[in-house]
Amino acid sequence: MKLFRRRKPDALQGTLDLLVLKILSRGPHHGYGIAADIQAISDDLLRVEEGSLYPALHRMEQLGWIAAGWQTTANNRRARVYRLTRQGEKQLAEQQEKWARLTKGVGRVLRFA
Amino acid sequence: MGWIRRLQGSFPSADGTFDEEAQFHLDELTEAYIARGLSPDAARREARRRFGSVAVARDRTEDADLFRWLDDLRRDVLYGLRMLRRSPGFALLAILCLTLGIGANAAVFSWIEGILLRPFPLVAEQDRLFAVTGTERGTPGHTDMSWPDWMDLKRRSTLVDAFIAEKITGTTLSVGDRAERAPGSIVSANYFDAIGVRPVLGRGFLPDEDRGRGAHPITVISYQGWQERYHGDPAIIGRTQMLNGLPHTIVGVAPRGFYGTFVGYAFQFWVPASMQPQFNAGVYKLEDRGARWIEGFVRLKPGVTIGQAQAELSAIMARLESEYPDTNRGRGIHLDPLWRTPFNNAGAMVPTLGVALGIVLTVLLIACANVGNLLLVRAFARQQEMTVRLSIGAGRGRLVRQMLTEGLLLSIIAAVAGFALAHWLRDGVAFLTPPRGGTVLRLPGALDWRVFLAGGAVCCIATVIFALVPALVTSRVDLAGALRASAASVVGSRRAAWLRSTLVVVQMALSVVLLVGAGLLIKSFQEIRGADPGFRTAGALTTTIDAFTAGYDARRARVFQDELIDRVRAIGGVQAADFSTMTPFSYASPASAPIAVDGYVPPRDQQPAADYNTVGPDFFAALGIPIVSGRAFTRADDEAAAPVAIVDQTMAAQFWAGADPVGSRVRVKNEWRRVVGVARSIAARNLLEAPRPYFYVPLRQNPAAVVGLHIRTPLTPAVIAPALVREIHALDLNIAPGEVITMREQMARTTAPQRIAITMLIVFGGLALVLAAVGLYGVMAATVAQSTPQLALRMALGASASHVRRLVVVRGLALTAVGAAVGVVFAWQTTRLMGYLLYRVSPRDPAMFGAAVAVVAVAALAACIAPVHRATRTDPIQVLRA
Repeated sequence: MKLFRRRKPDALQGTLDLLVLKILSRGPHHGYGIAADIQAISDDLLRVEEGSLYPALHRMEQLGWIAAGWQTTANNRRARVYRLTRQGEKQLAEQQEKWARLTKGVGRVLRFA
Repeated sequence: MGWIRRLQGSFPSADGTFDEEAQFHLDELTEAYIARGLSPDAARREARRRFGSVAVARDRTEDADLFRWLDDLRRDVLYGLRMLRRSPGFALLAILCLTLGIGANAAVFSWIEGILLRPFPLVAEQDRLFAVTGTERGTPGHTDMSWPDWMDLKRRSTLVDAFIAEKITGTTLSVGDRAERAPGSIVSANYFDAIGVRPVLGRGFLPDEDRGRGAHPITVISYQGWQERYHGDPAIIGRTQMLNGLPHTIVGVAPRGFYGTFVGYAFQFWVPASMQPQFNAGVYKLEDRGARWIEGFVRLKPGVTIGQAQAELSAIMARLESEYPDTNRGRGIHLDPLWRTPFNNAGAMVPTLGVALGIVLTVLLIACANVGNLLLVRAFARQQEMTVRLSIGAGRGRLVRQMLTEGLLLSIIAAVAGFALAHWLRDGVAFLTPPRGGTVLRLPGALDWRVFLAGGAVCCIATVIFALVPALVTSRVDLAGALRASAASVVGSRRAAWLRSTLVVVQMALSVVLLVGAGLLIKSFQEIRGADPGFRTAGALTTTIDAFTAGYDARRARVFQDELIDRVRAIGGVQAADFSTMTPFSYASPASAPIAVDGYVPPRDQQPAADYNTVGPDFFAALGIPIVSGRAFTRADDEAAAPVAIVDQTMAAQFWAGADPVGSRVRVKNEWRRVVGVARSIAARNLLEAPRPYFYVPLRQNPAAVVGLHIRTPLTPAVIAPALVREIHALDLNIAPGEVITMREQMARTTAPQRIAITMLIVFGGLALVLAAVGLYGVMAATVAQSTPQLALRMALGASASHVRRLVVVRGLALTAVGAAVGVVFAWQTTRLMGYLLYRVSPRDPAMFGAAVAVVAVAALAACIAPVHRATRTDPIQVLRA
């Protein structure tokens, strides 16, 4: 079980990164909020697993795409809030472009093959 | 500087834990479910189910934290540095303790490496080299080897790659207008090839250059000599160098950093064995099987053990014994590993360095115990911090790591300082060893990778000892209990108190051991200084007169010596003066000769032999050796007169069994001599050896060109030396005396190993005592602080100050008593390891044990003063109200 979960295909992981970056581009957010937003905006089509979200957040933090800090939320809880860095913005643009190319390509193949 | 920020950014600023982050997530989820109408309990369950395993998520998140360990390390180090900076006193004390411990260990390791393990720089494969000495049946100790035996061994042995013969010698070289004694070596022709040393200029010796009497006046000079004397002249090969009055052609220059193969000296020149007579006042020994003068090495073939080689060489010596019974009866051979070489300073240094190693390891242990104690105090002072960190979810492993990092930080700082100390101390042994005969000794330490490895290991072990124990003890905190209880009661909990007391006991015990060792050595040294060598050392001066180098043969030298001795006796203040070929307490091995005695029948397989000295008539008066029977030599005992001898009491007892030998005969080297007197036995080489049979023959019947001159006078060397030079130069301007020193100085030079050991034991024993006292003080101070309420209560109930004082002192002394008892037991078992360093002192000398315990007790009382004072100053009202 554990082994299987660890071996997540890169493409999917890339997708999760893209989604997280995109959500954060709208403003700083904590982990729960990011997951909730992805679920809500996708009309429950996409559900982020927590077991994947936090590793991804920490990894991107190390890569310098996002930065984190502890903040107190409206209901007075301490939450770790992530925000996009300049490097993260660049990364978002790149990944968005890559994603567009990928879907365009996949779409064409599906349509004409 | 952008990259630094990026680097910092790449470390997660984990200023909180993942668990906290996950908890927040779960709370939010729960709330969302409640908002959807679930009951709080159901919502919590649902949130947990939705989130999945927190542990797995944490696991994976931490996996994602690629640099986590690095980051932890960085934070631990920063945190550790911050903690050290916050208590500079503690940091300084701890680092100082460890620096001394680690530095002293590294220094001793470097000495062992440089002097014992790899004593000869540039010499190849020293692990296959073994020192060779001769043995004599029925006589302890070692002898040298003869050249014909050496050649026969070489021809017949199958297990030995190379037989390397050598003999330390020396000559007087002029540097500018000042004469300087230069040590050199007479070697077999294979010398440079066999040890794998290639001259940087010219060549080594050719195979037949060690044959023929004085046939090859050539020399290889040292790199240092080439630079200093010839300013690195590239055209030096082919030029000549005067050695002992004979021009030698320089055929080679040894490479830089090669000092020869004799522990203790830096050789300046090498000559082939054919030149041996030139360096032994004309006596030719290459064809004399009875002349034993070689101190050699063998290089064993790869894979051959010392045991196999010993067996083969012993068998060859046994055959030689039956072939040449006259010279070889009872003669054997013995191999030693280089570090036990009996004929250079290596063997003499072994016990000293062994004791030194024991001392520094003990000091390191004490330092570790002390630093451990300090850390423990701090750890308990920080218990509240630890408890908080544990309760917010820090792993125990992390806490232990934090403590270890702090410990390692101390170790690393101390190790750097310690290696600097070791580097500075690397010539310490040479520094503590006085030069002999004006030749500076070379006893270097070598700080190479092996020493660093050993030092690093010591450092790591030390860290584990002094940091891990406190870390484990404090991390095993009962969280609930600790949080409930106040900080004050946690400090110095029972287990901690027990541990700290144990550390103090260990320190006290080790201090006692070191102090006992120091005491024994001091007593031993006093014994040596007060020992009676058999002659009057006070008021005796000694020097050497080398007429051979100035071109005299033995016969001409006798005329010169006759004229000189009259002039010396005429110097104001000189009471007696005369020559001898052997000077007591000199390095040179004594001349030994096979003897036969009228009416004495030796055991069948033994050839009796005795050491002897060739002396002038006034020798006994000059050194103050009493003639107990018969007479001393006179000027009339010359070549025209009948051969005579004087034997010492030891020889008389052994060969005449109590009868007076005067009047009977002794045969020395096939010549019968009439015994005319019996002299009191003296210590001829050093005070430690058991007395051996010894006799004297007159110099006027056996002339020699190189002699020692001994003068009895109340004057100092500084007064006598110029007068002596004046008298010598009045006869011959080419002759200069050697260094003029007192007989006491001459003796003192043989006790260098003891002095080194004593210096180290006193320095480190004192150090250990101070460290142990500091440790005891710490424990007592903490005990008093901890039991303040109890003391206050007692005082409130009417206990007097003296009662309180007694209470505290008794506790301190109890710890000391236990430590001292353990130390006494330990010392009782170990002091005999000091071996020959102890002279006429029992390793279990009760007085010294008592003294060591007393010193520790005094130190313990001193350590108790401040805590006791504080205890009696306790104000019961204030304490109890608080």
